[in-house]
Amino acid sequence: MPGLTDHFVVLEVVLPLLAAPACVLIRNPRVTRLFSLGIVAACFAIAVALLIQVRGGGVISYHLGGWPPPLGIEYRVSTVNAYLLVLVTAMALVVMSFDSRGGPPRVSESRRHLYYAVFLLCVCGLLGITITGDAFNIFVFLEISSLSSYILVSLGGHRRAVMSAFHYLVMGTIGGVFFMLGVGLLYQATGTLNLREIAERLEPSLDDRGAVLALALLVVGISIKLAVFPLHHWLPNAYSFAPPKVSAFLAATATKVSFYLLATILFVIFGAPFVFGELRLHVVLMPLSILAMFLASGAAIFQTDLRRLLAYSSVAQVGYMTLGLSTANATGLAGGLVHLFNHAVMKGGLFLVVACLLHRVGAVHLDALAGVGRRMPVTCAALVIGGLSLIGVPGTVGFVSKWYLVSGVLERGWTAAAVLILLSSLLAVVYVGRVVEALYFRQPAEDHVRPGLREAPFAMLAPTWILIAAAIVFGLTTNWTYGVAAEAAGLLLQGGI
Amino acid sequence: MTSAASFTEAVSGLWVYWLIIVLMMVGLYIVIARDNLVKKVMGLNIFQAAAILFYVSMAKVEGGTAPIVPQDAGHGAGHEGHEILYSNPLPHVLMLTAIVVGVATTALALALAVRIHREYGTSEEDEAVAWDMEHG
Amino acid sequence: MRRSRVREMPILRVIARALVPLILLFGLYVQFHGDFGPGGGFQAGVIFAAGLIVYALIFGREALQRVMPTILTERLMAAGVLLYGAVGVAAMFLGGEFLNYSALDPLTTGHYGQHLGIIVIELGVGIAVAATMMRVYYGFVNSRLASENGWAAGEGDAP
Repeated sequence: MPGLTDHFVVLEVVLPLLAAPACVLIRNPRVTRLFSLGIVAACFAIAVALLIQVRGGGVISYHLGGWPPPLGIEYRVSTVNAYLLVLVTAMALVVMSFDSRGGPPRVSESRRHLYYAVFLLCVCGLLGITITGDAFNIFVFLEISSLSSYILVSLGGHRRAVMSAFHYLVMGTIGGVFFMLGVGLLYQATGTLNLREIAERLEPSLDDRGAVLALALLVVGISIKLAVFPLHHWLPNAYSFAPPKVSAFLAATATKVSFYLLATILFVIFGAPFVFGELRLHVVLMPLSILAMFLASGAAIFQTDLRRLLAYSSVAQVGYMTLGLSTANATGLAGGLVHLFNHAVMKGGLFLVVACLLHRVGAVHLDALAGVGRRMPVTCAALVIGGLSLIGVPGTVGFVSKWYLVSGVLERGWTAAAVLILLSSLLAVVYVGRVVEALYFRQPAEDHVRPGLREAPFAMLAPTWILIAAAIVFGLTTNWTYGVAAEAAGLLLQGGI
Repeated sequence: MTSAASFTEAVSGLWVYWLIIVLMMVGLYIVIARDNLVKKVMGLNIFQAAAILFYVSMAKVEGGTAPIVPQDAGHGAGHEGHEILYSNPLPHVLMLTAIVVGVATTALALALAVRIHREYGTSEEDEAVAWDMEHG
Repeated sequence: MRRSRVREMPILRVIARALVPLILLFGLYVQFHGDFGPGGGFQAGVIFAAGLIVYALIFGREALQRVMPTILTERLMAAGVLLYGAVGVAAMFLGGEFLNYSALDPLTTGHYGQHLGIIVIELGVGIAVAATMMRVYYGFVNSRLASENGWAAGEGDAP
C-alpha cells in the first residue's frame, strides 16, 4: 500500500484544486484566508520535498487513475519542473501572507472567500501546467490558470482594470486556441498526447509541414501568454490595473510558467537540433528578444506610473529570458532559467513595494511619490534594492543572471548581442534612476504633502523584505539557483524531462 | 502532375482544412474588426469552434461508426471474425473539455462586458477607450 | 407592463408545465445512462439546468429562486467538484492512485469499482454543471444592465 509521500506529486495539484470549492463552502473571510494560506504552505512544503527527491537526476512519475502513460495522464517531476514548482508555491505563499487584512481592497468582505477560491485555482493551474506530462492536460491547466488570472486582474477597482481584463481574455483565448491546435496537429502526427511519447515518435523535418505548423502554432500561442515582444500588448495594462498583490503574483509566476512551457516544447518535443539547427528559430527569437529589451525598457523610461513602469520592465525582462533560450547552449539556457527565478523574486518584491506605497500614499504616480523616501525609509529602501537588481548591480540577483546570459551569448559567438545586453542595462539605470530621484531628491508638490505619512504596516513589509532579501542572498550565493538551473538546462538540452 | 491538378487536389482533398481555416479567420476578423464587446465574444466563439471542428474531423475514420460496443456483441466482438471499425473517440472527449473551457471563457467574457457596460455606459470598445483618453 | 405579458400567455404556461418535468426527467436519464451509452454529467447537468431555466423564464425568477436560491447554487457548484475530488482522494486512501476507481473495490477484480467510481464522479459533474449554469443565469439576469433594459426574466422581450 503506497504511503502518503508517494502521492505528493498529485497532491501538489489536487490540494489547491479541492481547496477552492472548499473556500466557497466555508464562506467566512477570516477562516478561508487561514485555510488557503495553510493549503499554499502545504503545497510549498511538498514542492520542496519533491525538489530534494529529484535533485541529481531523479524522476518521479505518477499515473493518474492507475492508467500507464501512453494511455493515461502521467504526472512527471524532474529537476526542471520541481524548480518551478518551488518558485510558484513560494511566491503564492509570500503573496498570500502579505497584508493580514487579506484580499484586494475593492473586494467586499462578503465575497472575499471567492477571491481566495480564484487565487487557489490560479495556483492550481500554474502547478498543473508545470507538473503534467500530457499535452492536452497542459491546455486544460493553461486555461484554468488563465481564466482565474483574468478574474484576478479585473478586481483592480479602477474601471480600466475590467477593460484590461477583457483584452487579456481575448488575447489569452486566442493564444489558448493556437496552443490547442498545435497539440491537435502533434496528436495527428504521433497518435499520442504524452509529451515524452510525442518526442520519441516525432521526427520533425522541414519537409514535414504538419510538424512545422504545429511548432509555429505552439510557439505563437505560448508567446502570447508569455508576452514575447510583439505579442506583449495585454501585459502593461493588465499588470498596472490589477490589484498590486495580483500583479506581484502573476509577474512572478504566470510568465515564468509559460517560459518553462516554451522551453519544453522547443527542447523536449521538437529538440534543439531541429528548432535551432534546421529551422533556425533563433534568427527570429534573438532579434525579438533584443528589441524587447530596448523598446520595452525605453517605454518604461517614459512612464509616470510606477506600476506601468514595472510592467514595461517585465516585458523587457522576458526578452532577457528568451535571449537565453535562443542561444540553445548550456550556459545561455541556464542563464535564462536562473533569470526566471531571479526576475520572479525581484519583480514580485517590487510589486509588493507598490502595494505598500498604494496602501499608505494612495497613488503611485511619480509626482505623488515625490519625497516619500524620507517618510517611508524601510519601504523605499526595498524599492531601491529591487531597482538595483533590475539594473544588474553586482551583489544582487540581477547581476547573476546577466553574467550567465552574457557568457552564454558570447559562447554562441554573438558579441554584438552581449554588448547590447550591457547597453540595455543602461536604460534600466535611467528608469530606476527616475524613481529614486522622485523618492529621495524631489520636494513634494504643494497638494501632495501628507503630514501623517508613516511606514507600511509590518504585515506588509515582512513579505516584501523576504523577497528583497532573497534578491540579495541569491545574488551572493548561487549554489541553489544557478546550480539547479544548470542541472535543468542540461536535462532540457538532452531532451529529457 | 501539373500544378493545376495538385491545386484542385489540395482544395478537394483537404476541404475540411479549408473550411476550418476560413472559419478561424472569420472569427479572428470579427475579434479584430468589431468594436462591440459582445460581437468580439462571438468572434472568439467562432474561432474556438474552428479548432473544435479540427479535432472532430481528425477523429473521423472513413467507414467508422460511433465508438459504442453493440449490445448483442459483448466485449469480445472485435476478436470473433467480424471486425467493427470505430471512429477515434479520444479527440471527441478532448473536445468535450474544450467546449467546457469555451463556455467558461464566454461566460467570463460576457460578465466582464456587463461590468464594462456598467462602468462606461457603453458596450463599444472604441467609445470606452475614447472615454478613458478624455478622463485619464 | 412587460412583466405580465409573458406570464399571462396561456399557451406558454400550459406547455411549460407539461415540458419542464419531462426535460428534468430526460436530464436524469442522460445522467444515469452515462455509463452504458452516450450521456454523462456534462450533458445531463446542462439539460437539467435548462429545464429549470425555462421554468424561470415563464413563471418568473422568484418562483425558481424559492426552490433554488442563489446561495444554494453556489454551494452545489462547490459540492459537485468536491464530490468528484472525494472519489479521487478515497481511491488514494484505499491504496490506488488518485482517481483509480479500481481501488474503490478491493475485493473483486475492480470492475465494480470502475462502475461505482464513474457513477459517483459523473454525479459530481452533473451537480456542478447544473448549479453553474443556473448561477450564470442568475448572475446575468440579476445584473443592473439586465434590469435597466428589461431583459430580466419574465419581463418580456428586450425593447
